[in-house]
Amino acid sequence: MELILLLFTFVLAAFLGFELISKVPSQLHTPLMSGSNAISGITIVGALIASGQENDAISKWLGLAALVLATINVVGGYYVTDRMLSMFKTKKD
Amino acid sequence: MPESIINVSYIVAAILFILGMKMLGSASTAVKGNRISSLGMLIAVIVTLSKSDLDYTWIVTGLTLGGVIGLIAAKRVQMTGMPELVALFNGFGGLASLLVGWSEYEKVRSGGWADYLESAGDAMPGQWFLALVIVLAVIIGGITFTGSIVAYLKLSGKIGGTATIFPLQKLINLLVMLGAVVVGCYFITIVDNETARFWMWWVIVLSLLIGVLGVIPIGGGDMPVVIALLNSFSGLGAAAAGFVITNTVLVVAGCLVGASGLILSIIMCKAMNRSLGNVLFGGFGVLTSSGGKEVEGEMKALSVEDAYYVLEAAQSVVFVPGYGMAVAQAQHVVKELSEILERNGAEVRHAVHPVAGRMPGHMNVLLAEADVPYEQLCEMEEVNAIMSTVDVAIVIGANDVVNPAALEDEESPIYGMPIINVHQARSVFVLKRGQGAGYSGIINTLFFRENCRMIYGDAKATVGSMVAQFEK
Repeated sequence: MELILLLFTFVLAAFLGFELISKVPSQLHTPLMSGSNAISGITIVGALIASGQENDAISKWLGLAALVLATINVVGGYYVTDRMLSMFKTKKD
Repeated sequence: MPESIINVSYIVAAILFILGMKMLGSASTAVKGNRISSLGMLIAVIVTLSKSDLDYTWIVTGLTLGGVIGLIAAKRVQMTGMPELVALFNGFGGLASLLVGWSEYEKVRSGGWADYLESAGDAMPGQWFLALVIVLAVIIGGITFTGSIVAYLKLSGKIGGTATIFPLQKLINLLVMLGAVVVGCYFITIVDNETARFWMWWVIVLSLLIGVLGVIPIGGGDMPVVIALLNSFSGLGAAAAGFVITNTVLVVAGCLVGASGLILSIIMCKAMNRSLGNVLFGGFGVLTSSGGKEVEGEMKALSVEDAYYVLEAAQSVVFVPGYGMAVAQAQHVVKELSEILERNGAEVRHAVHPVAGRMPGHMNVLLAEADVPYEQLCEMEEVNAIMSTVDVAIVIGANDVVNPAALEDEESPIYGMPIINVHQARSVFVLKRGQGAGYSGIINTLFFRENCRMIYGDAKATVGSMVAQFEK
């Protein structure tokens, strides 16, 4: 049952993703990509579990490598997006 | 923390991601949107950390190391180098998904499949499903990783940026892909067997190979599409990893990114009037210069001084930047010139083609960096509507996106691609290094037009001396 719910969530999220993005002006495409790239670093949650749990050695080392990479993706991705976006100023500022 | 609170927090995180992405879609809310989505990420990480029986020494090591590297890279990067950094981060995300899938396989292998199935209970319809999603996470993650690394190398100029084509390429690519599918399926059927591990390695190797082979034949102006598509892949990889560990927040966030990346790549393709399949398998970037008609007429050069007299009298000026502006780092002088022109009474706009630069929206970021107000950044359709009233269009390092052959010459390889119609302006100045053809190797018929003048030299120096002329 839980799996069906998960698949259901997957499908709904796909539609939501399409809807959210189709109206974005092209000026914002780069920050949007870099911002959504940071979101894809959500795999960090999987990496935390893989590296933190009591597992066999190989599994933990793989988890640690995943954690380092996912953290780079998340921290770097959000920071760089923030840097880019704070440069987009309107005349009123 | 009890399981129910963790799950509710994951829902909150998912909502914040959705809100954040929605707010990224408009200039006035984008900064806030990105911060909201990062708050969602923070919540997801913190509640995961609160799960019992976690070994924190490993976790703290990983988080610190990754955090420091990510922060330094993000702080140091120049705005011109943004596309390659995003490609690199994207690749890391993909590799992380691969490793999460692999790690889960190793965990279940050492713990025994019977134990695993017992503890999973209702959540897993059988070991085949876990094996399937592990294979998916590994394949998608692997393709994302090497694909992004190749894209990074191309964008940063460490390897040639054009397409690499070799004999039987399509056949070889097809065989490698088929191989990955066959090996993946075989792995699923024998997953609880000790020999499965050997096949797991093969799945990894083949997926990494697909990433390399898939991206090397794509080059030039098609890079923005590839970057958007790889972004989509990294999201799907995360979603697959979410199925592996049956975690909702991974599935939702990953799928959101997967869908949005796909939409973006389709938007990019439309901007070039091509299909996604054509971009991926067309090998467009290597184009020989054979396509297109012979051009009559000659290119007419113009001195900066003469350009100054024209600009001085202009009422309406449009700048059309391309990748050349990024290479020359000319965005700051362009901003200076546009301010001077405004003070001189002209109406100034910056028109950016959707696929100008090496990443969607790249030029806008550079102009924003130079403090060009958001209102002056126009989309292609907006500017084309008023182009015939424009006195001077200044093309800075852009080429294919202003080539009228795309509208007129049916034999041209870029025929049908929407362009910025600078040829309709009263006069056009093209700032260019030399007389050669553009990135794609297609001859630009604009340069031979009656109303077009070429100003040769480094874009930054040229615009700089225009500014100097005004200040005299």
